Amino acid sequence: MIKTQLAMMKILYPVAVFLLLVHATQSWALTPEQKLNLATGDNDSRITALGKVSESGDVSAIAYLQSLDDDAIKFKGNQLFLVGDSVTDAITGKSVTLPDDAEDVVNNNQMRSELDATIAALKLFSKDPKVRLESAKALIGTDPSEGRLTLIKRVEKTETDEAVKATLAQVSASIEINSPNKDTRMAAVAKLKEGANPNNKEILASRLEGDGEKDPEVRLAIQAALNSIESQMAVYDKIGQAFTGLSLGSILLLAALGLAVTYGLMGVINMAHGEMMMIGAYATYLAQTFFQRFLPGYFDWYLLLAVPFAFVVTAAIGIVIERLVLRHLYGRPLETLLATWGVSLILMQLVRTVFGAQNVEVENPVWMSGGVQLAANLILPNNRICIIAFAIAVLIMMWLLITKTRLGLFIRAVTQNRGMASCTGVNTSKVDAMAFGLGSGIAGLAGVALSQIGNVGPALGQSYIVDSFMVVVLGGVGQLAGAVYAALGLGIVSKFLEGIAGAVLAKIFVLVIIIVFIQKRPQGLFAFKGRSLD
Amino acid sequence: MAELSIVEAEIPSSQAKGPMYQPDVLDTRHGVILYMEDITVSFDGFRALNNLSLAIDVGELRCIIGPNGAGKTTLQDVITGKTRPDSGSVFFGQTINCSKLSEPQIAQAGIGRKFQKPTVFEQHTVYENLELAIKADKGIWNSLFGSLTGYQKDRINEILETINLTSSFKSRAGLLSHGQKQWLEIGMLLAQEPSLLLLDEPVAGMTDYETERTAELLNSLAGKHSLMVVEHDMDFVNSIARKVTVLHQGSVLAEGTMDEVQNNEQVIEVYLGR
Amino acid sequence: MNFKSISGLYDSRSWTYLGIAVAFLCLIFPAMNLLTPVDSLFHISDYTVALSGKILCYAIVALAIDLVWGYTGILSLGHGLFFAIGGYAFGMYLMRQIGLDGSYHSNLPDFMVFLDWKAYPWYWKFTDHLWYALFLVVAVPGVLAFIFGFFAFRSRIKGVYFSIITQAMTYAFMLLFFRNETGFGGNNGFTDFKRLMGYSITTPHMRLFLFVLTCVTLISLLIVSRAIVNSKFGRVLTAIRDAESRVMFSGYNPLHYKLAIWTFSAMVCGIAGALYVPQVGIINPSEMSPSNSIEIAIWAAVGGRGTLIGPLLGAGIVNGLKSYFTEAFPEYWLYFLGLLFILSTLYLPKGVVGLINQLKEKKLIKMDPANKLEEVK
Repeated sequence: MIKTQLAMMKILYPVAVFLLLVHATQSWALTPEQKLNLATGDNDSRITALGKVSESGDVSAIAYLQSLDDDAIKFKGNQLFLVGDSVTDAITGKSVTLPDDAEDVVNNNQMRSELDATIAALKLFSKDPKVRLESAKALIGTDPSEGRLTLIKRVEKTETDEAVKATLAQVSASIEINSPNKDTRMAAVAKLKEGANPNNKEILASRLEGDGEKDPEVRLAIQAALNSIESQMAVYDKIGQAFTGLSLGSILLLAALGLAVTYGLMGVINMAHGEMMMIGAYATYLAQTFFQRFLPGYFDWYLLLAVPFAFVVTAAIGIVIERLVLRHLYGRPLETLLATWGVSLILMQLVRTVFGAQNVEVENPVWMSGGVQLAANLILPNNRICIIAFAIAVLIMMWLLITKTRLGLFIRAVTQNRGMASCTGVNTSKVDAMAFGLGSGIAGLAGVALSQIGNVGPALGQSYIVDSFMVVVLGGVGQLAGAVYAALGLGIVSKFLEGIAGAVLAKIFVLVIIIVFIQKRPQGLFAFKGRSLD
Repeated sequence: MAELSIVEAEIPSSQAKGPMYQPDVLDTRHGVILYMEDITVSFDGFRALNNLSLAIDVGELRCIIGPNGAGKTTLQDVITGKTRPDSGSVFFGQTINCSKLSEPQIAQAGIGRKFQKPTVFEQHTVYENLELAIKADKGIWNSLFGSLTGYQKDRINEILETINLTSSFKSRAGLLSHGQKQWLEIGMLLAQEPSLLLLDEPVAGMTDYETERTAELLNSLAGKHSLMVVEHDMDFVNSIARKVTVLHQGSVLAEGTMDEVQNNEQVIEVYLGR
Repeated sequence: MNFKSISGLYDSRSWTYLGIAVAFLCLIFPAMNLLTPVDSLFHISDYTVALSGKILCYAIVALAIDLVWGYTGILSLGHGLFFAIGGYAFGMYLMRQIGLDGSYHSNLPDFMVFLDWKAYPWYWKFTDHLWYALFLVVAVPGVLAFIFGFFAFRSRIKGVYFSIITQAMTYAFMLLFFRNETGFGGNNGFTDFKRLMGYSITTPHMRLFLFVLTCVTLISLLIVSRAIVNSKFGRVLTAIRDAESRVMFSGYNPLHYKLAIWTFSAMVCGIAGALYVPQVGIINPSEMSPSNSIEIAIWAAVGGRGTLIGPLLGAGIVNGLKSYFTEAFPEYWLYFLGLLFILSTLYLPKGVVGLINQLKEKKLIKMDPANKLEEVK
């Protein structure tokens, strides 16, 4: 049956393409009889009618099919009514009044999925390659139907867009796998093997089940294809995990960079660092609210304000803390730890008083939602890509600041020899304040990034503080390079462990790994080995 | 050989107590207390010590001089186990391999060290400082339940006399003057009864009188103990030195009496003749 | 000073004060609760007894952290873990004492029934015996501290590094105990205790018994700690705090000393936890949160670290204020606590005791400096 149809297709398709070209723009309406057959009668006859529509490739049928799908068609006898804002006769298109006893067209699930598939199939004739790709994708995984197969095969031959063509090949292969012809099935298996996605895996696997495939050769081929798909998918899974790890790593990096300045360069343990991140996130929330209220048209660009705003706010708070508290505690790291913990309690409570204890809503700009699909099971979300890029940008800026600017020179000088720097005229207390402001400002930037991927609430900072300290410990004191490697390494390792052992155990393992690691290198990854007094 | 016998006589008493660590017997039959062979230490590519070899005889007072960065302090770090050499070996006597021991083990084996910056326990009294340093079982159990023996008490009083701190034995060490701290640290060293003393600039910050007294003290110690003194003050070196080793860029540049060294042209070039 | 000569630990005046404190807490306080009428001026309510018992447990923890922080210079941000583990260990016994009185009337605790477990996991074995639970109370924190301390001290992790690692440790355990599968009741921990040694746990008499037991434990531990810090061992600890390298070159192995006091301190915390749980009636993983452990440090700081009486005062002052604030102005408690952290580090480096001593010193200014120093100690 399929075979004869295929043979017929071969003859028919040039004709169809010709007709298509000629009539694409014309209203090539369904006959009233076809419309009636589609809307009324039993399920099987309606599906047969649908199959005919598919075969015809009648693009103009889409509107009517869509109405059916939307349950907008009613009927009475041989009359069909399109019920929208007003009621029209679905055959003539004239305005009519809806009879009281008009019946609904009832679509069961099977009918509905057939309708969807047919609409998708017909949309393959669209001029827009994007629409064609969308509809081709929509066809993946729909029940195989011969009517659509002929249509798909037909379109596949003439399709010029590579992506659409490849997708269609997958669709037709997923139908042809059930073909009685062994060669066709083998070809379909080969096609399906190319697309390493869960759907193809499902199709192939179900073919192996029960009474599906009987031919041993084809069974072998299917098994081989399944293995290949599984291993490919595993690779994508790993890449996906690595990517998530990378993005987690860049968040840790953003969090740890500020700490690297305050702890590494200044010897200050800033337990309020997490709260600086939290305040950065709230600054983002304020910027967003501002745009919502005053510049709704430019809402997508609120981050342009949020980034500098968060930096300035947190840097200012940092400088105030340094002036009021830390200035008196240099050289007493354990005390700074306790004092900044006190600061963090106050900041948290302050935010609770001002904004409430509930989380606030921070929306992603449109350009940040969605993602890049690299494979069926590998989507890279845009917001995570943005965060990685943001982390790199911040890292570069900071590196430039530390190595190329006067402030950076001062910071390095004070770090290495406070007394000497002071003698050469460096205002060390001012440099301390600036450096602490810088570290806090970077924490604020980390907060902007965090607001884009997670909840923004008063306890936001608490959940990152342990991790970011681990990065500093692992990376070694005062080492930007160490912080980078440690952050990325920690991010990736913990994501992989999460895949194996679950989030909590992964976290515990990571902590154990760090403690063991420190046994070997107490000074961190990149510590300067030198002679030290004491 | 008389000097040698004193050193050997001390060994059994250091062996008598201490379940914590029993060092191998200090074996100085060849008359040498410290051997350093081909020691190399590098910090991030910078070679602080470069194939350095050095031997100290029993009862000798050796001065180590050299310009800044010559590796003098690193040398002492290596001997006391604070820094592990990248290559080479350190032997205390014939049998004790210092590169395999931890700092406390080396100290218990009989090497005492005085830092460049006086390092005493500032919150403790002078007496307590000496009590902590005095040669004894330094394990936890003894610290908790033991008490000073009569001999140890006498010894502490004797040392207090020697370092001239008898009157202030009850003061907190942190309240002492710089020179007094230096002496207290030397006193703590003496209390340890080490066979070999390493002293890093022992007279830095001392008055002339104190310096003189220190020179006397060190001279009197030589013979009974072996000493290695790192010093910048040439007059002081002159007043105590019998044999001088000049370090330069991590290696031994010259070795000999003060006169020999002072007339060595290389030495004049890199150090004395600047 | 010799460890064995207990009477020499304090001068006669201090012994008298200590005796008065013990007599008050162990005799008069209970009497005021039991024997006076409720409306009497001298009546002490059950609530006050429970609160005071809780604070005494905290005082034990403060004493423990002072031994490692005040005397040895090791700031632990993980002592809440040892406290909680001691509490959990004793909580296991209390859970077994519930018997069949749980909501499901099962031999197993409710949370295990809920998880559909059929039997106790191996680590619950023997926990129905009091002596074994008491053994766990000190052994588990001790062993954990020993292992952790061994690795940390061996690689010479010091200062803030060590603090951060201990914080990570307690954080990791908190996550572990939050999991239901760990077998300690997950989020909810242990609660709804019914009995202790077969007696109902909610009676006023039991509460007073626990209170007096806590008092006696605290005073005993105070005397033991005094003996420790007054021994040469204690002086080595302080020496490690002030100049660790000199200690090493004097022939002491700091690893052994740090490990010993660290482990001892953890065990003391375990005891405190075990006394705490029956008095407050609940133990859950939030006791292990890093913030709890940092709060412990501030008790010692406020009272005066490096003195033994200071941290006890500190625990009393901070927790007394906490219970007052959280009732009177709950909104402002965190502001106050935050300020307390800042102000005590900035202006009270030696805590309340240091302040008192300073005032005393001003009075005694004419005295011999050496005597003055003794006075400070």
